[in-house]
Amino acid sequence: MACISPDGKPTESGIKMMRALQLGMGSPEKIAKEVGVPLFKARSSLRELTQAGLAVEEDNKYELTEEGAKLI
Amino acid sequence: MEEVKERAISLPRLGEPAPAFEAATTHGVLRLEDFKGGWLIIFSHPADFTPVCTTEFIAFAEIYPELQKRGVELLGLSVDSVSSHIAWVRNIEEKTGVKIPFPVIADLSKEVSLAYGMIHPGQSKTETVRCVFIIDPNQIVRTILYYPLTTGRNMDEILRIVDALQTTDKNAVATPANWRPGDMVVVPPPNTQEMAEERVKQGYECVDWYLCKKKL
Repeated sequence: MACISPDGKPTESGIKMMRALQLGMGSPEKIAKEVGVPLFKARSSLRELTQAGLAVEEDNKYELTEEGAKLI
Repeated sequence: MEEVKERAISLPRLGEPAPAFEAATTHGVLRLEDFKGGWLIIFSHPADFTPVCTTEFIAFAEIYPELQKRGVELLGLSVDSVSSHIAWVRNIEEKTGVKIPFPVIADLSKEVSLAYGMIHPGQSKTETVRCVFIIDPNQIVRTILYYPLTTGRNMDEILRIVDALQTTDKNAVATPANWRPGDMVVVPPPNTQEMAEERVKQGYECVDWYLCKKKL
C-alpha cells in the first residue's frame, strides 16, 4: 500500500490520496475518511508523499505541492 | 558472552509504553505512532511458508472484520523479507482464497523483534516465537501472550481479551474468569472498611464484600 513506487511515481493508492488532498488541506483523519482507508494507512501515505515532495504538512494538515498537483 | 547478551534483552511490560519503531511492511513503511488513537495487535510468527503460521494467518484474517468493529488493527511480524511476505500472502490467497488484509513487518534486522522480546533463544535463536501484544489507543501495552513455536494461537481468546479490556476501560470494572461479553462483571473491591460496608447494600450480586458482580 505504499503510495510511491520505486520509480518515484505515485501508485494507484497514492493517486487516490493526492486526489483527496486536491480537494483542500486535510488532516490524516479527514483524508482517511475521504479515501476510505484506515487511519494508519493515511498517516503513512501522507508521510511518504511529503518525503517525496508531493505534499507538505503544517500543523497536522496536508496539502499538495505544485509538483504533486502536476501529477494528477 | 552470547549468554550475557541474551539476558540483556528487555521485554516490554504491561502498563508501559509500547516500544516505538519504524519498519518496512507489506503495506509500506509504518511507524508505531501511525496507529495512535486506535487499538493495535502486533503479533509475530516464526517464518513465512510454514504450516502452523499459515493456519494462524488465515485465522487472523478471519477475525479481522470483528477486530475492525472494535477499532483494532492487526500488524504481523517475522524476520523474513518483504518479498517473502508478499510471496507468502499471495500464495495463501491463491491456495485458500483468503486475502490477508493487514500489514506484515519484515524485520530482517530484528530491531522490532528484540525491542518487543519476540526472540526466545531457548525456542529458536533465529526465529520469533508466537507473541501477541495488545496495545491501547494511548500506545500502552495492555496484554502480552507468548505461545511456543508448536502451538497455534486461539483467536477466540484474543477477541475475548480485546472485549474484556475495552469493557474495563469503558465501565471501570474487571472481568472474571472465562468472562464473555454479556456476562456479569466484577465491581472493583472496596478500599476502606466504610466502602466495604456500603458495598453489600448496593444491590450487587455479592459472594462477600470483596467479590461483587453486576450486569452492565
